[in-house]
Amino acid sequence: MTITVLTIDDSRTMRDMLMMALTEAGFQVTQAEDGQHGLEVLALETPRVIVTDINMPRLDGFGFIEAVRREERYRSVPILVLTTESDDDKKMRARKAGATGWIIKPFDPVKLVAAIRRVAA
Amino acid sequence: MDQMAAIRETFFQECDEQLTTLEAGLITMEEGDTSSDTVNAVFRAVHSIKGGAGAFKLNELVGFAHVFETALDKVRSGTLAPDADLLKLMLKSVDVLSDLVSASREGGEVSPDIGASVIEEFNDLLGSGAKHDDVDEFADIDFQPLIIDFGDPTPLAEPEKPEGNQFEIKFRPFRGMFDKANEPIMLFRELQRLGTVAINCNTANIPTFAELDVNESYLDWTINFTTEFNRQIVAEVFEFVEGDCELAITDLAAPIASSNEIDIEALMQRVRSQSPAPAPIPAPVVAEPAEIEALPVKPVAVSVEAKTSTKASAPVPATIRVDLERVDRLINLVGELVINQAMLTQRVFRSGNVTNSHVATSLEELEHLTRDLQESVMAIRAQPVRPLFQRMSRIIREVADATGKEVRLKTEGEATEIDKTVIELLADPLTHMIRNGVDHGLETPEERVAAGKPAEGVIRLSAAHRSGRVVIEVSDDGAGINRPKVLESAKRKGLVAPDAALTDAEIDNLLFLPGFSTAATVSNISGRSVGMDVVKRSIQALGGRITISSKPKAGSTFSMSLPLTLAVLDGIVVAIDDQTFVIPLTAIVETLQPSPENIHPLGDGAFVMRVRDSFVPLIDVGAEIGIRPRSSKPPNGVAILVETENRSRNALLVDAILDQRQVVIKSLETNYGRTEGVAAATILGDGRVAMILDVDTLVSNKRHEPAQFEEALAKTS
Repeated sequence: MTITVLTIDDSRTMRDMLMMALTEAGFQVTQAEDGQHGLEVLALETPRVIVTDINMPRLDGFGFIEAVRREERYRSVPILVLTTESDDDKKMRARKAGATGWIIKPFDPVKLVAAIRRVAA
Repeated sequence: MDQMAAIRETFFQECDEQLTTLEAGLITMEEGDTSSDTVNAVFRAVHSIKGGAGAFKLNELVGFAHVFETALDKVRSGTLAPDADLLKLMLKSVDVLSDLVSASREGGEVSPDIGASVIEEFNDLLGSGAKHDDVDEFADIDFQPLIIDFGDPTPLAEPEKPEGNQFEIKFRPFRGMFDKANEPIMLFRELQRLGTVAINCNTANIPTFAELDVNESYLDWTINFTTEFNRQIVAEVFEFVEGDCELAITDLAAPIASSNEIDIEALMQRVRSQSPAPAPIPAPVVAEPAEIEALPVKPVAVSVEAKTSTKASAPVPATIRVDLERVDRLINLVGELVINQAMLTQRVFRSGNVTNSHVATSLEELEHLTRDLQESVMAIRAQPVRPLFQRMSRIIREVADATGKEVRLKTEGEATEIDKTVIELLADPLTHMIRNGVDHGLETPEERVAAGKPAEGVIRLSAAHRSGRVVIEVSDDGAGINRPKVLESAKRKGLVAPDAALTDAEIDNLLFLPGFSTAATVSNISGRSVGMDVVKRSIQALGGRITISSKPKAGSTFSMSLPLTLAVLDGIVVAIDDQTFVIPLTAIVETLQPSPENIHPLGDGAFVMRVRDSFVPLIDVGAEIGIRPRSSKPPNGVAILVETENRSRNALLVDAILDQRQVVIKSLETNYGRTEGVAAATILGDGRVAMILDVDTLVSNKRHEPAQFEEALAKTS
């Protein structure tokens, strides 16, 4: 079955890149522009995996993950954090919020695709 | 353009947007708003540029953005105060960032010197911590998004499973691991990809049904793992669950018998069937946890209460990006439609069908619809002047730096919309006027203080809609135009007669004469570029007009009135002989029917007309553009009083006025060539082509030297 992925990033460049890399890998991709938008999209369809940025307007990645994890029906949706933040504090915060895994930008599409397949067990 | 090149283009477009946001944010901070929203937006802009630049391996850009970002992060966390000096440095950094973006975009070598001095300043401020130590983090990653190849050391494709390293993995997840949607099964699968697994599940800790908490973790596993990969790669499998489980990976010297082997698929089946689906709860013994009263986490509606950086969620206006070319094609088609609609109306009226009121009503409706459609289409090209205005703040900083003046830019009406082309063509003249304003308009801080003004001068840039046009004003609160000096300079250069007595307004307008420059010492700011005459010509080329007003000691204002669009024009349709012409309405003051006694010959075939208390030159348009011979007899017809950009008045003589209407502009230069006295062409309702007259050229070709004109006039009266 096709793996559906929701990507959340406020940068059009990143969204385009993700779209290209993930579509190429055979995933079905839905996009959102920030955490708030991500939640709106999530209300319509539940993806198999979510890939999210951290620094975003309106609702950042931490807030998004917390909001998703608060809801029982989304607790099993793996969330991968894709961010330039490499420092451990941020990583810990993302984990605490409920992130499944993280990938440091600039992302390597091979790694990302592998990670998605891994969590989309 | 391949996909990657398209994304690269998107990246640079986004950089432009981010730079605009960044600059606007810093200016807001400078004005005293250092709220976390503002700082966050500024941070995000730099962060975003860095992120994208990293993906394209633009290392110079990444390096500088990183230093900038580090400083912003400190401001964000409150460890660095955004004082005036820091903000000034940051605004300078925006310029550097912008230069780096441009250099990267053009794809040439980017000099590492760009921004070196700014980085040094940051380092002085932040300590050496701002150095971009992890630039390597980006340097060694080659982005190859089109090839998804799993043949690397962490393959997903089925690797060979040779006998090799042997590990015993003890794994006991904490309940927190499941809160992050991590599942043991996915780890096992990953291990299975890398080698041979023998899994033993310990179910001894599962409590009785009554004591069972579905959210608790009761299972642990011992895995015997045989793989060709080393320990590090095995550990990487557990990367995401690090800290959320008890994990021990032990090297085993020799292969062990896999007597305890459990079929992983069978295990998976078991875990699945026993879990309350779809939650991957690891207590896999009961199907329905009916007795559990309260789940630890209550379902919450997925609306987010502002906790992190959330604000009341303003809806994002939905937008699509469309090629400009498509928009222009649409505008062109609508233009044709307007012409066609006019032709249809005219033909129906001629055919006599107008007596049929249904036809008339339908035609009227069609006209309204066409007009609405045209306006809507024009609105697509309209853009706010904000980005243009923001670009000017950089100009101000540069000129202020170079001249040692203190300047603040105040902008108003940035949301005013105007045609994209007009905005683009406005950048150069506006830049020059801003430079002029700071360089010539404003006094030095010392002079200002001496004159009782604040040391900091203000350049005001405003935009507003006024009667179907956009008025853009550039004003300064400087010393105003030094009229005696301007007049003296003009006389010295022979631009006016030595004994000419000019009004204040006339003196001010001398600034627009070609070859005029007032600055006693031509500075390297204004002097290196064009004169105000070029500014004026650019504005005129846009169908606009520019005026100047000045008050001694209070400052000067340059006011530009521009059309909203370059695609249509309101004009009056006139007849000369059997030809039809259009005169732009913006130039027209009034129309008059001159009586013969008001027309006076000047000799050499020229006439003046008395308009109330003054005389204006009367220009026979037909003779001027060469469609009929110049007549020495007093001409008759209708006089159209026009005012040119420099406010001189002239009367254009035509045979008759036919209509007043909006016409679609067709470029004559694109389709034919530049013709003196003609600005463009249009197609009329009857299908004929009509020339749109260029009033300013017509008048300036004809205009007499002021002295000669006065002289001639003196003879006649």
